[in-house]
Amino acid sequence: MSYLGHVMVHLRKDLRLEWRSRDAINGMLFFALLVVVVFSLAFDPTAAMSRQIAGGILWVALLFASIIALNQAWTREQRNRVLETQRMAPAPPSALFLGKAIANLIFVAIVEAILAPLFAVFYNLHIIGQGWLLVAVMPLGTWALVCNGTFFAALGLRTRNRELLLPLILFPISIPALLGMMQATTAILSGEFDPGPWIRLLIGYNVAFTAACLLLFETVLNAE
Amino acid sequence: MQRSRIFGPVGAVWFLLTLAAIVYATRLGLLLAPTEATMGNVARILYYHVPHSMLSLVFPYINFAASLFYLYWRRRDPLKALTADAVAIAGAEVTVVYGSICLLTGMLWGRVAWGIWWTWDARLTSMLLLWLLYVSYMMLRKLSATGQTHTLAAVLSVFAAIDVPIVYMSIRWWRTQHPAPVFGGGDESGLDASMWPAFAWNIVAWALWGVLLLGMRYALERRRQEREQEAALQAIEASLEMAQ
Repeated sequence: MSYLGHVMVHLRKDLRLEWRSRDAINGMLFFALLVVVVFSLAFDPTAAMSRQIAGGILWVALLFASIIALNQAWTREQRNRVLETQRMAPAPPSALFLGKAIANLIFVAIVEAILAPLFAVFYNLHIIGQGWLLVAVMPLGTWALVCNGTFFAALGLRTRNRELLLPLILFPISIPALLGMMQATTAILSGEFDPGPWIRLLIGYNVAFTAACLLLFETVLNAE
Repeated sequence: MQRSRIFGPVGAVWFLLTLAAIVYATRLGLLLAPTEATMGNVARILYYHVPHSMLSLVFPYINFAASLFYLYWRRRDPLKALTADAVAIAGAEVTVVYGSICLLTGMLWGRVAWGIWWTWDARLTSMLLLWLLYVSYMMLRKLSATGQTHTLAAVLSVFAAIDVPIVYMSIRWWRTQHPAPVFGGGDESGLDASMWPAFAWNIVAWALWGVLLLGMRYALERRRQEREQEAALQAIEASLEMAQ
């Protein structure tokens, strides 16, 4: 079986599991909605002000929501010792990681697709800059969160306080990516400056960390 | 079993040297160096603050190098790998100590010189993010399960090393797009020749002190590792006796 074949098997399995329970997507969606509502109450923004802060709020809501799903992503594998079996399987461990990261990317993307119209309504948003660039920024930003998030969730899998550890190590590492996606989104919404450098930053961040995750995943999976 | 010493004769001589260097450097900085023209005596914090911030950018390299050695030796030579891990944790902790001192003294200085405790200036922000990265490294070491702490921490250290240049670039872009209200940072190029001896001596003194801390933390960690191995060995022996 080719590498891509292994990735597809893992991906299909994760999608099927999620399709049957829909725990992660429902949880993320409702949580992100709550964050958006709470921020809206806290700031009570006007249309001009919301263009300035909406990029930040959207990504903070998605960040918090994806933490919930990422924490659950590997616990499924722990039930019935599935993870131990996968460690023994003659398949490349990075395929397991890639399959799960792509599955998480799809889950968060679905949440984004549902949340975005709601968000525009609640914050009374009219995009001034080049709106089509969001098509590039959203997947790049989501992958930056999800790739490292999936990796660190696996890293913290056998630790005490697993749920606590993930944000503690994911947030500091993700700060440049968060800055990039927030600035790019704000630039697109307000049209005040050029989102180009921030999109390039996101691309660079994604390339560097995707490579690091793929190379080091085997070490983390067999950490004992 | 012989316990490894934490503070041998080399350590004692090093400690005395460090103490002498700190006393001499502090005397130079506080009493003998000329008073700065605009800020007056307040500017003497430069001799404490700047060496600490420079050194807190050096110790992360020790942590990173040790972590790479750990990952390389992990399967090939576990005993050497443990040594590398002890260096890595010592490097991370000294980084956090020096980074904290840099941030705190910088705040004190900023309050007097700029009138504010903190500004989201490029240098301040990237220093804070470096500090956050190494605190998260220590949190991971604290929370992870015993058997895998070394490996997971080494992996995180590699991630942090990849992150640092990206942080540096992104923060610079961020601040050039939104100019800060207060221009920040003591400009080294403006240092008068008469201030150089005090400055150089302070760097030397605090570097000696940092290496002393590093060495002691390393020895402490080695001792903890030895005790762990001893306990594991005893457990194995006990289980063998049970079997007979």
